[in-house]
Amino acid sequence: MSEFQRPSSKKEFDRNFSQIKPFLNETQAYYESSRCLFCYDAPCIQACPTGIDIPLFIRQIHSGNTIGAAKTIYDANYLGHACGQVCPTEVLCEGACVYNHQHIKPIEIGRLQSFATTQAIIQNKKLFITGKPNGKKVAVIGAGPAGISCACELRMLGYEVDIFEAKEKPSGLTLYGVAPYKITNKEALDEIKYLQEQFEFSVKYRSPIVSKRDIEKLEIKYDAIFIGIGLGETSEIKISGENLRNCVGATEFIEKLRLTQHRVHVGNKVIVLGGGNTAMDAASESARMGADKVILAYRRSKEEMKAYDFEYELAKKVGVKSLFNVAPVKIIGKTKVESIKFIRTRTRRGKIEAIKGTEFVENCDMVIKATGQAKHVDFFSHIPGLELDDSGRIRVNKMFQTKNKKYFAAGDAANGGKEVVNAAAEGKAAARGIHRFIIGK
Amino acid sequence: MPDLSVNFAGIKSPNPFWLASAPPTNSGYQVMKAFDAGWGGAVWKTLGIPIVNVSSRYGALNYRDTRMMGFNNIELISDRPLKDNLREIEEVKKHFPNHAVVASLMVQSREEWHQIVKDVENAGADGVELNFGCPHGMCERGMGSAVGQEPNVLKTIVSWVKEVSKKPVIVKLTPNITDITEPAIAARLGGADAISLINTIQSLVGVDLDNFVTYPAVDGKSTNGGYCGPAVKPIALNMVKNCAQEQGVNLPISGIGGIENWRDAVEFILLGATNVQVCTAVMHYGFGIIREMIPGLERYMADKGFNHINEMVGKALPNIKTWENLNLNYKVIAEINKKKCIECQLCYIACEDGAHQAIGLPKGNGQRVPFIIEENCVGCNLCSLVCPVEGCITMVRKDDGSKVETWHDRTEKGNIPTTFNDQLAGGTHHWIPEPLDALKHKKSNRD
Ligand SMILES: Cc1cc2nc3c(=O)[nH]c(=O)nc-3n(C[C@H](O)[C@H](O)[C@H](O)COP(=O)(O)OP(=O)(O)OC[C@H]3O[C@@H](n4cnc5c(N)ncnc54)[C@H](O)[C@@H]3O)c2cc1C
Ligand SMILES: Cc1cc2nc3c(=O)[nH]c(=O)nc-3n(C[C@H](O)[C@H](O)[C@H](O)COP(=O)(O)O)c2cc1C
Ligand code: SF4
Ligand code: SF4
Ligand code: SF4
Repeated sequence: MSEFQRPSSKKEFDRNFSQIKPFLNETQAYYESSRCLFCYDAPCIQACPTGIDIPLFIRQIHSGNTIGAAKTIYDANYLGHACGQVCPTEVLCEGACVYNHQHIKPIEIGRLQSFATTQAIIQNKKLFITGKPNGKKVAVIGAGPAGISCACELRMLGYEVDIFEAKEKPSGLTLYGVAPYKITNKEALDEIKYLQEQFEFSVKYRSPIVSKRDIEKLEIKYDAIFIGIGLGETSEIKISGENLRNCVGATEFIEKLRLTQHRVHVGNKVIVLGGGNTAMDAASESARMGADKVILAYRRSKEEMKAYDFEYELAKKVGVKSLFNVAPVKIIGKTKVESIKFIRTRTRRGKIEAIKGTEFVENCDMVIKATGQAKHVDFFSHIPGLELDDSGRIRVNKMFQTKNKKYFAAGDAANGGKEVVNAAAEGKAAARGIHRFIIGK
Repeated sequence: MPDLSVNFAGIKSPNPFWLASAPPTNSGYQVMKAFDAGWGGAVWKTLGIPIVNVSSRYGALNYRDTRMMGFNNIELISDRPLKDNLREIEEVKKHFPNHAVVASLMVQSREEWHQIVKDVENAGADGVELNFGCPHGMCERGMGSAVGQEPNVLKTIVSWVKEVSKKPVIVKLTPNITDITEPAIAARLGGADAISLINTIQSLVGVDLDNFVTYPAVDGKSTNGGYCGPAVKPIALNMVKNCAQEQGVNLPISGIGGIENWRDAVEFILLGATNVQVCTAVMHYGFGIIREMIPGLERYMADKGFNHINEMVGKALPNIKTWENLNLNYKVIAEINKKKCIECQLCYIACEDGAHQAIGLPKGNGQRVPFIIEENCVGCNLCSLVCPVEGCITMVRKDDGSKVETWHDRTEKGNIPTTFNDQLAGGTHHWIPEPLDALKHKKSNRD
């Protein structure tokens, strides 16, 4: 397959991972914005988790008020730029665009959105004036989309906000998780810098909140605490050979890819285990890193894959092959991964059954497990009264308040893992919940 | 095959498509190229005492994704020496003896008119067109639209020209006037053989918001221009029809204004034009658009069974009446084709805010296809015009056609409203929500 050469420089890496939604130039934006019908009660707005007034911002772009368009976007969604780039628009706004009913290409809402936000960011336009200080303080744990969005809204409401972030950079999975061909590191970070300058929240990097003591300190100092820590590491699948060299978790692999780019190691023949969007990403990324062969191996059928169709298509387009209805039995190798023994499966009444005597071995020199992310259960246990649901998500009410009333949670940690746009919407709503809790409004 | 050839007031051309007097007919080179491409005639860029032009000269109205939907210029008549133009006219006629070459003229005194008419006829022009239309620059010097707006002056100049001309004389009219038939009648009285219309409409095409000047700006200053292009077609159509229906005019008409395809041309012909002239569309796309115009016209004529252009001229005129002769009992209402609807709800908001509150929205479970509230629909068409889907909203006839009654009929019977609050008025029968209903919350008519 090798349609991609192994990248040996940043330049080559950028070429292999060129943006799938490149920026619109002014002419493109002009023509694309001219197509929007300005629908009444527009279905695209309803399909956006943050409810951006899409027809309005598109009309503003068309009339030459691009900064006004950016304001419309940011009014609804503090991560307007990241969302324009990384949202699965095919199943959200663009999927709802009325043009689809007549088999006409829907409006490129995501790209128009980034067109406007880029202008505001480049020109460093100040769009917001934060609220009058109300003397209250909130701690936000995690500088991912949920935490940042919550912090911005809290600042609008007059709170002092300190964000505690384990890593050395903000953005959460927008920087460490999302595929590099959707957003560049610089873009993700520039947006946060732009927001931070306007909203003036503080971020303390390399400050993980892990122990009971850390928590207690926060409780003393802050009137409320927001948990936006997302999900944890890739969960174990518990088969033998999992700790061999070159068997890695997808999120860990992708994080390395985002941070070290062309320097990350990718095998010649890679098997990716899983059928979700992360599996599709890891497979696409391996192929773009120049692996000779990439195989997606999924326990169930193609139809049962959780991944969006367009993500699967994207992987196929770069040469990824798939094996359906196969379960890994063990990973084989001396010190390094050499092959995987699979068994064929079928689905009966929703449950997977292995079919006896159908074992086979598939050679490989790298295994990427995209089999789900663990929850931060240990951390949660330090917070008195916090309740989790059966799948380890923090239980919250409509205000995003946890069972411990002083704590609020949103984003992946509470929803179990959705999209950046959901984290942005929920983080903002949680800020309103905190305001209700503290001020009673 | 239908015959496209036209005899316009004695000027023959292989088809009715002429270039209007403008930049595309500025030189022999351009006119030859146009004839070679298929154009049937050309009215040469207006000749007179050569002028000096400014730069820049044009401005445009862009509408959404459409460039130059309206076009505006502050150019004057030809800036090239008369003798060069005469030599080129002669050369073109030599190569294309069967194509129409008409010289557009604009001078001031009787002597000047006499001289220039003789000059162009000697050069071989098939006729002259008197430019009484230019609404910028030349009118400040007492020419162009300054003449077109004064029927008596116009008549006098036409008669001067007729004193010497041996070829047909066309008078080009300005639309910058209240009643277009007045200069048209004056042209006839002066002895003109035909009229052509419209010239450009006085306009300011837009304002530069940063520099506080209109477009096009010349060293920071600007002046009004002449408007043309697709945007002016409706105005031109109406003026052509007015001249065609006016008994006192009774001259062949050359239709001009916003024509860019065969369809536009047919519209002008059906309203009384014998041929058409084109400027902006050629300035936008070049002479090649003729490749679409000729076969389009041929196919239309073949489909409708017309053998000659003359059979089509004015075909629509008998159906264009005064308002008082329209049937008041004719009733249409809108109908939505659910299968085609893309659920944009533009029809809803257009009728709700801009018409008669006659479209409703379904409540609940994700349904979005609007429905017509038949009792409120007045059949205005608005919804069908805003609907972005071809043929999705149609207007369906509801009366049985048995009873025709016009305002004129009703006036004769004394059956019309004559006082305020008269029960006979149309508006008293419509259901309209109470003013305060407007302030009840927006989502209330949805689930
Ligand atoms: C591989 C992959 C690809 C994805 N692709 C897309 C995509 O294309 N489009 C899309 O919309 N979404 C995508 N997502 C999902 C999206 O990235 C997440 O839904 C979103 O980032 C969740 O935001 P969050 O703020 O809840 O959590 P995160 O983004 O995970 O942010 C959590 C932050 O908290 C910090 N943190 C964690 N623990 C602690 C602690 N104890 N103390 C202090 N800080 C802590 C982390 O370092 C991190 O910065 C993808 C996810 C993955 C894994
Ligand atoms: C740049 C420009 C220059 C023109 N010059 C003349 C002219 O010299 N004489 C004339 O009779 N009309 C002139 N016109 C008017 C055109 O002949 C025509 O009447 C008008 O543009 C409307 O037609 P259209 O919209 O199809 O182009 C000019 C138009 C333009 C755009
Ligand atoms: S649904 Fe499509 S056309 Fe309608 S407002 Fe939204 S983007 Fe514009
Ligand atoms: S025809 Fe006019 S009144 Fe009737 S539904 Fe359409 S917009 Fe409303
Ligand atoms: S305007 Fe046309 S497409 Fe849009 S909702 Fe109305 S009927 Fe449907």
